[in-house]
Amino acid sequence: MVKSGTIILNTAARLLMPLQLLFSIFLLLRGHDEPGGGFIAGLVAAGAFTLYLFAFGVSATKEVLRMIDPRDLIGMGLLLGMISVVPAWFVGQPFLTAQWWEIPGIDFKASTPLIFDIGVYLAVLGAVLTMVMTLMEVDKDEP
Amino acid sequence: MQFAVLSGFLLAALAPLFHRWFGERASFVLAAFPAALALWFLSQLPAVMAGETLVLTMAWVPSLGMSLTFVVDGLSMLFALLVTGIGTFVLIYAGGYLRGHPDLVRFHLAILAFMVSMLGLVLADGLFTLFVFWELTSITSYLLIGFNHTDLEARKSARQGLFVTVAGGLALMAGLAMLGVAGGSWSLSELNAMGDVLREHDLYTPLLVCLLLGAFTKSAQFPFHFWLPNAMAAPTPVSAYLHSATMVKAGIYLLARLQPSLGGTEMWTVTLSVVGALTMFTGAFLAIRHTNIKKLLAYSTIMALGTLTMLLGIGTEGAMIAFVTFLLAHSLYKGALFMVAGILDHETGTKDVTAMGGLRVLMPVTAAVAMVAALSLAGVPPLFGFIGKELMFESVLETGAWRWLVVLLAFSAAILTIAVAAIIALRPFFGQRRQTPRVAHEAPASMLLGPAVLATLSLLFGLMPSLASSGLLTAAASAVVGAPVEVKLSLWHGINLPLLMSLVSLALGYLLFKRWDRVRARLARLDPLISRGPESGYDAFMDGVVVVSEWQTRILQNGYMRNYILVMIVTLIALVGNSLLLRHSPQLALSLDVQFHEAVVVGTMVLGALFATISRSRLGAVVSVGIMGFSIALTFILFSAPDLGITQLLVETLTVILLVLVLFRLPRFSSLSTPIERVRDVAVAGTLGGLVTLLVLTSWSIDQFVPISDYMIANSAPLAHGRNIVNVILVDYRALDTLGEIFVLALAAIGVFAMLKLRAPEKPKKSVPAKENADG
Repeated sequence: MVKSGTIILNTAARLLMPLQLLFSIFLLLRGHDEPGGGFIAGLVAAGAFTLYLFAFGVSATKEVLRMIDPRDLIGMGLLLGMISVVPAWFVGQPFLTAQWWEIPGIDFKASTPLIFDIGVYLAVLGAVLTMVMTLMEVDKDEP
Repeated sequence: MQFAVLSGFLLAALAPLFHRWFGERASFVLAAFPAALALWFLSQLPAVMAGETLVLTMAWVPSLGMSLTFVVDGLSMLFALLVTGIGTFVLIYAGGYLRGHPDLVRFHLAILAFMVSMLGLVLADGLFTLFVFWELTSITSYLLIGFNHTDLEARKSARQGLFVTVAGGLALMAGLAMLGVAGGSWSLSELNAMGDVLREHDLYTPLLVCLLLGAFTKSAQFPFHFWLPNAMAAPTPVSAYLHSATMVKAGIYLLARLQPSLGGTEMWTVTLSVVGALTMFTGAFLAIRHTNIKKLLAYSTIMALGTLTMLLGIGTEGAMIAFVTFLLAHSLYKGALFMVAGILDHETGTKDVTAMGGLRVLMPVTAAVAMVAALSLAGVPPLFGFIGKELMFESVLETGAWRWLVVLLAFSAAILTIAVAAIIALRPFFGQRRQTPRVAHEAPASMLLGPAVLATLSLLFGLMPSLASSGLLTAAASAVVGAPVEVKLSLWHGINLPLLMSLVSLALGYLLFKRWDRVRARLARLDPLISRGPESGYDAFMDGVVVVSEWQTRILQNGYMRNYILVMIVTLIALVGNSLLLRHSPQLALSLDVQFHEAVVVGTMVLGALFATISRSRLGAVVSVGIMGFSIALTFILFSAPDLGITQLLVETLTVILLVLVLFRLPRFSSLSTPIERVRDVAVAGTLGGLVTLLVLTSWSIDQFVPISDYMIANSAPLAHGRNIVNVILVDYRALDTLGEIFVLALAAIGVFAMLKLRAPEKPKKSVPAKENADG
């Protein structure tokens, strides 16, 4: 059913996917100050892979993802989300209190909200990809 | 200290690693954990003996005033020492008993988790903490009873134990909540100081009923006793630990803990002493019907639990001293006897005592240990069990209400128990040598260590009772009474009624043992009556639950998506409509100040919705819904919420993609509903739409509270270091909500995966609903 194939789509997908992924990371990192954030960035990244899926099919997309199963991304995302909860505890504050650390040398502040946001990003990306890929694979099984 | 105790959970999680490092010897390495804790408790013993109470506070949820507080007084100390001490020996024992078992890792995981839960239970000061640990012991017990999970019987028993104890746990939760409300405090130590307030309180009767239900189910009191013998499906180390020394005593612990605050009323005294005495007799009576050594011990444990409850019910100072003495004595000899039973099972390959005989030649050490422990069980001097039994008789003779019944039951139970002790100690080891399925050898040292130490302690405390009484038992009895008590134990009480009762029961018990085979044959005639006992009630109830759930599943979970949606929407209408129309007056403050471009967007939205409902093609409907979605995104952008706009656009795009993928899987578009159903659907949908509109308009025109957004706008940059308030809300202010949401998202994705990838092969019969389902 989902046929891979037209030249325009293939070329567009090949060119757009890296850009979309870069854009998603851009959105993720600037999210705390400008429009963006983990959820939106995750959706953009999922969109990038979905475009690739439509152009080249499931197995090609799996190759692009290398060994990473989208379901593992969900797990990693949830784990990061949970990990970001903990540091506050060590400085005697309630769970989930945001912690900020200055990284000397570069103008970038690491923080638990950022870790949390990356977790959201991975969970969203993993969840959407799992759904889309599962649906497409099942279609392939049933002609 | 909290960390030291809770680190047991971590250790449980790491048990597989220990197995990789130490292989078979992991049991012995892991045993260091309870051993270290036991030593710590021993080091605190002098302070507790001096009457001090250790309070270890750690903030948990400070904003709710909840803390993880552990309190170590005499009673907690006694239990903590039992949990950690016997736990150490059980782990070592398990290293021999389950040697080479493929699932030894799982055993260690569950038993360590149990150990920590039980320890937390007896140390907890907060009612919530107590309840959490209480439930954890039920769950870990379930895992341990069902350890041999390929065995149907083990699974059934595990489920039974879980259902009975968790049902009691629910009652306990209600009871604890009422207790907290009645006393105005959630701390056990504070509640214990306000006994008179609680006993006079209106809630006293309901809260006591609920708490007793919880304690009685957990501690296998009549008529909930049936789950305990079935729990013997667990491996023997588990039976020795959970189902004799620790977990089943959790209910007893709770009752003892609450004795100062709730005890002493007529209701408490009569209920506890009568239920306890009945349990005591039932346990002892049902025991002699069995030839399976573990069942014998299980029923005699029920008897002991009944005795403890009865003593708490009697409630005099003497009874409390008897309570702590009997508790310690029972844990020592019963732990040892269970481990001996495990050795016999392990070495001979049978659990049937009538199939064993003459084993004392082959297993002299086991025989000696069994003998000492069984003498303590029978209450023969100079063992510690004798002192416990003497004190028990003394207290029983002091009973107020129902005295004749309690005395009679206690006396008969003593006779039966002596017979049980004789059966366990004499049948397998003396008499003629019998052929057993396996050729018996002496057990390995790891399996003998535990029972030998426990039996030795039984003897030692019997010969030198001051060793136990001067410190530990005094502190424990004081905690149960709620005031300082002096405990002086001695073997010789002079010639009095209790001694006479002891001697007569010994003689009668031995007589019963001699005629055991004949008695058992006679008792077989009672089988039909016994099979109609409380367990049949449990079975009938469970069958009923299955019938009801099948019936309601057929009605509610019928597999038609449209019905689910209908039910949800109608419920929503009922709930929202009720509070909006009946409890608040809806307000319609319309100010029609609409710009032209806003009207266009809204118009597009309305058109999209209309077209979606009347469209004859599925693709058309999807596109129209898409139009609605994009119009909403446009609205967000018009009202300067770029984040929401972007999100809406992306979600809308992905939704369309997902819908397109799903579309291919659906059967041909056809209208299955009748015109009447369509009218109904229009009515329901219209009502909800109208209601939600009304709700939005009303909530817009009322402000009851200062909007929280002002705070968020003001503090987002200085406190949360972010200028994008939407993101700050997501990852900082409301991070817990977001965490919940990504979990939901993950579940949804896994659900899709499971539904599509892990489908069972379709059965031809069910093809009709399956097709309908796909349509919905």
